Amino acid sequence: MRECRGVCLPREHARCWTLEAYRRGGGYRALERVLREKVEPGAIIEALKTANLRGRGGAGFPAAIKWNFIPRAAEGQKYVVCNSDEGEPGTCKDRDILRYNPHALIEGMAIGGYVMGASVGYNYMRGEFWEPYQRMEAALAEARAAGLLGENLFGSGFDFTLHNHLGAGAYICGEETALLESLEGKKGEPRFKPPFPAAFGLYGRPTTINNTETFASVPAILRGAAGEADGDWCSGEWFRDLGVDNAGGVKIFSVTGHVERPGNFEITLGTPFAELLEMAGGVWKGRRLKAVIPGGSSVPVLPAENIMRANMDYDSLQQAGSALGAGSVIVMDETTDMAAVLERIALFYFEESCGQCTPCREGTGWLHRILRRINAGRGSRADLDTLLDVANRIEGRTICALGDAAAWPVQSFLRHFRHEFEAKVEAGDANIADKTAAAIRAA
Amino acid sequence: MLSADALADIDRELAKYPPDRRQSGLPAALRIAQDELGWLSAESIEFVAAVIGVPAVRAWEVATFYSMYDLQPVGAHKISLCTNISCMLRGADEIAAHLKRKLGVDFGQTTADGKFTLKEVECLAACAGAPMLQLDRDYHENLTPARVDEILREYQT
Ligand SMILES: Cc1cc2nc3c(=O)[nH]c(=O)nc-3n(C[C@H](O)[C@H](O)[C@H](O)COP(=O)(O)O)c2cc1C
Ligand code: SF4
Ligand code: FES
Repeated sequence: MRECRGVCLPREHARCWTLEAYRRGGGYRALERVLREKVEPGAIIEALKTANLRGRGGAGFPAAIKWNFIPRAAEGQKYVVCNSDEGEPGTCKDRDILRYNPHALIEGMAIGGYVMGASVGYNYMRGEFWEPYQRMEAALAEARAAGLLGENLFGSGFDFTLHNHLGAGAYICGEETALLESLEGKKGEPRFKPPFPAAFGLYGRPTTINNTETFASVPAILRGAAGEADGDWCSGEWFRDLGVDNAGGVKIFSVTGHVERPGNFEITLGTPFAELLEMAGGVWKGRRLKAVIPGGSSVPVLPAENIMRANMDYDSLQQAGSALGAGSVIVMDETTDMAAVLERIALFYFEESCGQCTPCREGTGWLHRILRRINAGRGSRADLDTLLDVANRIEGRTICALGDAAAWPVQSFLRHFRHEFEAKVEAGDANIADKTAAAIRAA
Repeated sequence: MLSADALADIDRELAKYPPDRRQSGLPAALRIAQDELGWLSAESIEFVAAVIGVPAVRAWEVATFYSMYDLQPVGAHKISLCTNISCMLRGADEIAAHLKRKLGVDFGQTTADGKFTLKEVECLAACAGAPMLQLDRDYHENLTPARVDEILREYQT
């Protein structure tokens, strides 16, 4: 945590996860004011819309639109669910929110519960997150004891209960419908959509599911920049004004790989990539930049020239040929073996495919086996065509986006770094020719 | 099969979910059983299913789907090394080779003294501290071979 705007990651460090520290920075004032003044849920949604808050879990879907989907007046139980599964390779921001700013998430989820008319929330954390789980449990206990969770909050008649749920190890549970299945105590297999969670979510009830960072951004957005100065309160303008046209505010970028100082940086959207790279100390060991995966292993890779011209926001990265994803910036220097990196990515999707769809289950295995063969010097030129063919046949033909996520790296690595793969298969072709010649000689 | 403490822990987990949705507590119950018993045998999986009140096949589905359940005996401590991309770029291979040499085992194996099981795992969301490993419940980041030696020494005694 280096550069930090204090929205999702606290500026202050000593025991910043305590209720006392959170309140010192204005924490829970937004929830209190919303409940005491019974602010219209529509006004809160309007503020998120003005703020231009887009989902931080990967797809960038506008939060205001998602919150509007919920049939607020519908009878019966509704739920808010937080996606703290954080499994996308290169992503390590939610873990820091959970550890260092748990109360921002609690406050954001409580406000979400109020807007959606949901009295119960679950925070689903990946199973390996034992330390964050302990922090979150302690924060929930503090919030309950202080009357910030429970019944009839601030005399408003609104009840909100929040629970932490720990997963058990499966990347696919980050996909929102797999997460809901998992929360129901089942295998984490994605559901067919529609119906969407807003209509048929947890236990078949209307459910809003957002990423940790999305929820944790909400209190600060409502609070305003200057601690609730009247024009600022519940307007979202200050947040919008920090960002760029199509995306408001600040976002955490996890910069990892070949940089001098890896870390999480909470910066305004639209910051040039070159500046972010500078914040992380630049490419390590004085080497040159070769390539960057700007949004986690699922998004297309970009060569140095393309990323150096791009800014860190949704539109700019899309124009550059990739995506912002979860803001997971993986930096690779000039010595990186791109075919080896792609093989590791392919292994990941093969391991994590839930196996429901044939193109994904079988295709990810094919991708990995072919890449392993190429890297072992046993590949042939025809393998490069097969790789693309398999990737193209997975893309768009599966229940969930894991299939696409397995295909995009293959397509983009081959588009931009085909020469490296060709060099390997030429060596492979030569090997095969040598072996054939040797076999003929021996015969 | 499980202690009173473990059963009380399971009850605490079940209280998070609606009374008619006890299956939501199944993953936690399996975790609690594994913590107490070391690993999940067929009997313990079926015992947990009975405690939750679901057919045994539900517990089998969960126990076999998720990577953190051990369906075979494991060492006293589990070392899970991330070899995914951010860790790979910062030398996870070197740490893997070092661990294998020090422990005399490959991924998926347990040391002869039963102390450590070494596992290769996918990204654990600590990529800014790469390379990293998880030892039991604790993360250890920014690893070097020397740091790995220190960590192993702490657990050796
Ligand atoms: C394979 C796969 C893995 C995903 N993993 C995560 C994850 O770890 N965390 C997350 O917030 N969203 C993840 N998502 C996206 C979620 O499905 C969902 O879009 C997101 O939680 C919505 O929250 P947001 O609108 O606040 O971004 C994943 C999606 C797919 C297809
Ligand atoms: S695309 Fe892959 S991970 Fe997603 S549902 Fe199909 S098989 Fe499972
Ligand atoms: S790649 Fe190793 S922790 Fe993320």
